[in-house]
Amino acid sequence: MGYELTQQEMKAYFKTLTKQYRLVGPIREKAKGSFSDTDKIVYGVFEDIEDLVLEEKAFYSPKEFLMPIRETLFHFIDGQIVEPKIDTKPILIFARPCDLNGIRRLDTIFLKNGDIKDAYYERRRQLVKYVMIECREGFDTCFCVSMGSNTYTDYEAAIRFEGDHSLLEVVDSTLVTQDLSRVRKTDFVPEYIKENKVKVEIPPTDKVNKSLFEHPLWKEYTRRCIACGRCNTSCITCSCFTMQDVEVSDDGLLDERRRVWASCHIKGYTDMAGGHGFRKQNGERMRFKTMHKINDYHKRFGEHMCVGCGRCDDVCPEYISFSKCINKLSEIIKEESHE
Amino acid sequence: MSIDRKLVTKNAYRITKIRNKTALRVRVPGGHLEAKYFQIIQEVAEKYGDGTVHLTTRQGFECPGIDFDQIPQINKMIRPLIESLGLDVDYGDGGYPAAGTRNISACIGNRVCPYANDDTTRIANSLEKAVYPHDFHFKIAVTGCPNDCIKAHMQDFGIICLTEPQYDSKRCITCEACVDNCKKKVTGALSVKNFNIERDIEKCIGCGECILKCPAGAWTRSEEKYYRMVIMGRTGKKNPRLAMPFIKWATEEEITQIIKNTYGFVERYIDTSLPKEHIGYIVDRMGYQVFKKEVLEGITLNPKALVAEHIQWHGYHYKTDMQFNHEGL
Ligand code: HEM
Ligand code: SF4
Ligand code: SF4
Ligand code: SF4
Ligand code: SF4
Ligand code: SF4
Repeated sequence: MGYELTQQEMKAYFKTLTKQYRLVGPIREKAKGSFSDTDKIVYGVFEDIEDLVLEEKAFYSPKEFLMPIRETLFHFIDGQIVEPKIDTKPILIFARPCDLNGIRRLDTIFLKNGDIKDAYYERRRQLVKYVMIECREGFDTCFCVSMGSNTYTDYEAAIRFEGDHSLLEVVDSTLVTQDLSRVRKTDFVPEYIKENKVKVEIPPTDKVNKSLFEHPLWKEYTRRCIACGRCNTSCITCSCFTMQDVEVSDDGLLDERRRVWASCHIKGYTDMAGGHGFRKQNGERMRFKTMHKINDYHKRFGEHMCVGCGRCDDVCPEYISFSKCINKLSEIIKEESHE
Repeated sequence: MSIDRKLVTKNAYRITKIRNKTALRVRVPGGHLEAKYFQIIQEVAEKYGDGTVHLTTRQGFECPGIDFDQIPQINKMIRPLIESLGLDVDYGDGGYPAAGTRNISACIGNRVCPYANDDTTRIANSLEKAVYPHDFHFKIAVTGCPNDCIKAHMQDFGIICLTEPQYDSKRCITCEACVDNCKKKVTGALSVKNFNIERDIEKCIGCGECILKCPAGAWTRSEEKYYRMVIMGRTGKKNPRLAMPFIKWATEEEITQIIKNTYGFVERYIDTSLPKEHIGYIVDRMGYQVFKKEVLEGITLNPKALVAEHIQWHGYHYKTDMQFNHEGL
């Protein structure tokens, strides 16, 4: 069912929903940017719909609400294992199609990768419903159309923000509150962006082979990439983590096991006991990420991992563009198959 | 030709080596101005001067080769520039108020530089309002971070903008980027303890590099901005030396008040038998403890602020020139 809401009606409607849900969306954190006197747009909990920031892309993705940066799995207390409770108030995530497709990739990794589901992920995932933010324009670095992640239909509600006559589609009947009985009905269905400024051509997975590992392309990234890890931490689909066993008390009676984000561009990733590591060069890390995003994941799950949100471009301090890298790789493969 | 030399220099025109020719000096507090005013400077240089402009070390323009009798016309012409820079407008069409206190200069600051912890031009402008015009020869400069691009360490008052990094362990992935960087580039104030990052507040200089390096947003800036003030650096023909730290983790209000109080200190102790006793030499003569006591008078410092207990300035004395063996001559 579609509705047309004034700003006041929107505020009232979402205010009602805050009784049942934590609203999570892109919000402005004043003066929390890395540079002084700058703000940071992040995914966070908000109460007033006017706090949503739509004109800029969030620096980080909403993934931290499904896989927290640091998550305590359990405490060891004097020989017993205790799992800490989590906040079980359901969450309404306001996100664009790219991010919702991204969360589907996370679902695949945590819930459909082998026989065992990740219980820690699942307990949070079950709490989440989506309000899809209609995205018809995109931003400069997005390439969701090329990745087929510009559309998403499995949402509970969708919204087009348009000042005093925002349009809302509600699919999930539990989201239809009293507030909506008073507003004008329409037959709104969200539209999707059809063309981005950035387009990528993904090399066919059967053309990618090990000879590419030695290509000078990766040397370029060894020179340019500083392995800061921002491309991974901001990415909606990067889902790697590591474990930390923390000794909390001196007598060893109280300990904590937690998992923490880890990623292929960051120090320590897949380092083994004794200090041996497989990918010492930053270009090799770039190659590993690229292959995971647009090749290996596809081989296993039938779709690409990368959803083309473009955040890795936005946040790279060295101006390394992932879409450019994909296109370079495609060119190289085309040339090599002509030879 | 009859010229009141004192009045002319007060008006930002200098005596030059060419007889009967002066040079206009246009100071730009904080070193940042709208490009449209270049037109005025260009016009002064081409119409009244010799067609050249010198960029001064303290962030001003100097237009040489001007006849003294053109001063009134030029003063009218540069009026919009003076107004836009927010300089002392009580002068009316009287020209550019200059004085003993030198242009308060600033590095480019956070309007452009990613390292800067504050808007240095804004601070320079607000200090200008607090102290200008004044006869005493003070050199003040503001720099955005401890890289000190403006050379705050060469000033009587060098102000270095700081932030106090705030750590949120819930966002930390223990990548150690902040730790490695602080060790390599700064003071090694960070260490890992139990997968958390600990900041040694004695070693931390508030440069904010850890915030810039963090990929997860675990480090953020403090709401309050802080400043380190280094004092009594100088060049000159006697005893060049670097400024030494006087106060750290001070607020903008505090540093402003300290500078204002120093004018009072100089007023009380300056040796008027000398042509122009420079503040550093007055502090040398009176001793640091007297200076410290008097300039902090009436200021209630914020709880984070720390004041140097003693200061020993280094540098060297030209008159000893100990580096050279003159015996062979
Ligand atoms: C050919 C034999 C081995 C191979 C191929 C191998 C491979 C690996 C790999 C790939 C990892 C990284 C896992 C990750 O991504 O987190 C790892 C971690 C580790 N391996 Fe091995 N390993 C071998 C033998 C051993 C042996 C003999 C030991 C102990 C005696 C050992 C102890 C460890 C430990 C403790 C870690 C975890 C390191 C950490 O996360 O800090 N490994 N190993
Ligand atoms: S953000 Fe850029 S520099 Fe940092 S790790 Fe990723 S590609 Fe390298
Ligand atoms: S790799 Fe880059 S473009 Fe692709 S999903 Fe991750 S952040 Fe978005
Ligand atoms: S391997 Fe790298 S690219 Fe792939 S999910 Fe992990 S961090 Fe992201
Ligand atoms: S502010 Fe500078 S000195 Fe302090 S911990 Fe961070 S990097 Fe180190
Ligand atoms: S850089 Fe950030 S995430 Fe990495 S160890 Fe430091 S605080 Fe933690």
